[in-house]
Amino acid sequence: MSFEVPKVSYAGKIRKTPLGQEGNTVTVGGESCYPFHLFEGEMPCPPRIAMEVYDSEPEDWPDTALEPFADVIKDPAAWARKCIDTYGAEMIAFQLAGTDPNDKNITADEAAEITKKVSDAVDVPMIVLGCGNVDKDTDVLKAICEVCEGKNLIIGPVVEGNYRAIGATAIGYNHTVVASTPIDINLAKQLNILLGNLNVPDEKIIIDPSTGALGYGLEYCYSVMERIRMAALVQEDERLQFPILANLAREVWKTKEVKVLESEAPLLGDVKKRGILMEALTAQCVLLAGADILVMRHPEAISLVKESIKDLMTGN
Amino acid sequence: MGLSGIEIFKKLPKTNCGKCGVPTCLAFAMKLAAGQAELNACPDIPDDVKEELGEASAPPVRTVVIGTGDRAVKLGGETVLFRHEKRFESPPAFTLLLSDNMDESEITARLKKFNDTVYERVGVVLRAELVAIKAVSGDASKFGALVEKVCNETDAGLVLMNEDVDALSQAARSCSSRKPLLYAAGKDNFESMGNLAKELSCPLSVKGSNLEELSEISEKLIAMGLKDLVLDSGARTSKQVFEDQIIIRRSALLKKFKPFGFPTIVFPCEMADNLMKETMRACQMTAKYGGVIVMSEIKGHSVFPLLLASMNIFTDPQRPMAVDQKIYEIGAADESSPVLITGNFSLTYFIVSGEIDASRVPSYLLIKDTEGLSVLTAWAAGKFAADTVATFVKKSGIEEKVKHRKLVIPGYLATISGELEEELPDWEILIGPREASHLPAYLKQWSA
Ligand code: B12
Ligand code: SF4
Repeated sequence: MSFEVPKVSYAGKIRKTPLGQEGNTVTVGGESCYPFHLFEGEMPCPPRIAMEVYDSEPEDWPDTALEPFADVIKDPAAWARKCIDTYGAEMIAFQLAGTDPNDKNITADEAAEITKKVSDAVDVPMIVLGCGNVDKDTDVLKAICEVCEGKNLIIGPVVEGNYRAIGATAIGYNHTVVASTPIDINLAKQLNILLGNLNVPDEKIIIDPSTGALGYGLEYCYSVMERIRMAALVQEDERLQFPILANLAREVWKTKEVKVLESEAPLLGDVKKRGILMEALTAQCVLLAGADILVMRHPEAISLVKESIKDLMTGN
Repeated sequence: MGLSGIEIFKKLPKTNCGKCGVPTCLAFAMKLAAGQAELNACPDIPDDVKEELGEASAPPVRTVVIGTGDRAVKLGGETVLFRHEKRFESPPAFTLLLSDNMDESEITARLKKFNDTVYERVGVVLRAELVAIKAVSGDASKFGALVEKVCNETDAGLVLMNEDVDALSQAARSCSSRKPLLYAAGKDNFESMGNLAKELSCPLSVKGSNLEELSEISEKLIAMGLKDLVLDSGARTSKQVFEDQIIIRRSALLKKFKPFGFPTIVFPCEMADNLMKETMRACQMTAKYGGVIVMSEIKGHSVFPLLLASMNIFTDPQRPMAVDQKIYEIGAADESSPVLITGNFSLTYFIVSGEIDASRVPSYLLIKDTEGLSVLTAWAAGKFAADTVATFVKKSGIEEKVKHRKLVIPGYLATISGELEEELPDWEILIGPREASHLPAYLKQWSA
């Protein structure tokens, strides 16, 4: 019996999507094969990592995650600069957690002002993510679109309940949107169709099919991403041929397992290394499922993942 | 694989005697086709037919067992490429590597750590499964001594790694009853390795310097009559291992290519200079088809996240694990103990009950049937709406168990509290913390 490599023939291709503004763009997407299946297709733009910056000082982070940012934690613009200058961030993911009405309830105008300040301070593409409250996000993200005109921010989550308002504003001020849906391939496709009908250009759409943390529902998200990639590449489903974003850090760093000290749970080992690996392994899984942009927090988790991407791409 | 119920039925005795436990041969055939019955359940199938059907219904990746008894580890048995198609069968076996040139005290410490590092999550025991013993010293007696030491200090399954067939043979004979995996048959020694594995009925690892060579050796071993093989493609870079694992699995499943119809063995331990990076490699191989995954060390901070990844990838994609709807008493709860409520997704239940337990505040935990969905998922799917929660609380019998009327709901469900108070006018609804990890602090302050 002779041996022959069984290859998949891919009819579809993920859209190449440039992010950021002239001079500072990062392009994602463009795959013509399953993640890292380089023996049968291409990945012209390897996955990228966006480093998290928060609109206000986080209250529930474990020391492990706080430590690298302790000196800048109260100043989002300085925080973003540190990510770029010290940790080499290729993108910033600005999280507007403080706008949540159940949290600090920062107003839309204030949020727009802080976002503008941060966006002026950075020279890499910037993702801006609302708190997840549909109505509040509408107000906040619209205000941000306006004051940051021309920066081609990547704004989200744009969901079924607010895609019209945010989509239209995003087109008006030339930003990219993150279309977010809860772990369901049909919902993901549906929202992309709706955005298309609204005339949001295809190269201005990134999709976020939801992410859970390792041990907390990750498996469902992993499978939905895999299925989206199959539909896009093999079944040539045009409305799913978009780059995928995985907003994973906030899921991982709220779990118990990144926080428990070794003294309380000796079998779980060193709390710092464990937290870093919980984040890095969540990232590794979604990478293998098809994510193009990873929103991450800990610099050491990020270097592990970067190295892993490089090795899968170039053969170390 | 691949035979339909009808095709199988044609080959059965057609007496409808019922000895197989189902009333008719046709029903039995259908169960066989669906993988829900064992061929051996019918005592009347002639041997030749049995062989034919067995072959046709065997999974394209053979199931190979390493070790015996409680600690036997099953690998392979896979039938699909992607986890959403059907549950992956056999999670990888994380394996501790020990070399015969290591310091004795180091070996003792690592083995102890290996033995002690056992977790329970969602009612499932998670641990690294195997110990690989590698000949590095070139001294057969040292290798033999280490094998003996490991046999004495753990009942885990073993991988014996020695390319010197005589030395391997000596050591393997001393512990063949434990069914160790013998590593490895290469292009120069496959005949003697094959004979040894056959004689001792142990599983055998095959190592090629690339896929081509691997397939040739594997084919020759199959021709020699070996059945239980474990494949090493020789790759030691992340990219090549990834590619090889995919090609091996696809060849077995899509092309029915027999030489690749076996589980694999991979070596992150040889692919990194620190445990963090090694763990990343191991995670990659967990998701994409690694079988035996050999690690330089088993340490909590690395193996725990790996076991979680393995658990995630290998859970059933169709059926979420669920627990029964009822009142769970945690600790010696009495009429003034706190009452909390959540859904019946196993993960949710185990996390929440674990935290209540850790708080040492005896409590009642009401588990409402949410069809195995987590709190927010259930709420979004309408399975945790105020009216159904109220009906359940009233019928659960909790009102007879406690004197107070205070109900703690998950913090993420703060939105239903108003409506729930309307539905349960006798009860005061307390909004608990969002994350279960804050429950111990919360419960310690709770008063009826
Ligand atoms: C995995 C998942 C699924 C899986 C289901 C898995 C399952 N068995 O539940 C699938 C893919 C099936 C799914 C489906 C849907 N999902 Co869903 N899903 C998730 C995901 C990614 C993780 C959920 C999880 O497993 N969490 C882990 C468990 C352990 O968490 P938990 O039960 O909440 O428990 C924690 C706390 O609540 C607390 N706790 C629990 N009980 C108690 C009790 C007390 C007293 C206290 C104090 C605390 C407490 O402790 C636990 C740990 O801290 C989340 C998003 C995310 N990242 O979290 C979305 C999410 C929950 N899903 C969502 C939605 C909308 C849906 C769908 C409706 C989508 C759709 N239209 O199809 C469907 C509904 C299901 C259906 N129709 O059948 C939304 C809910 C939005 C909202 N805020 O209401 C979420 C938040 C995603 C999002 N951001 O939009 N989902
Ligand atoms: S035991 Fe065999 S012969 Fe009897 S009913 Fe079952 S399949 Fe048919």
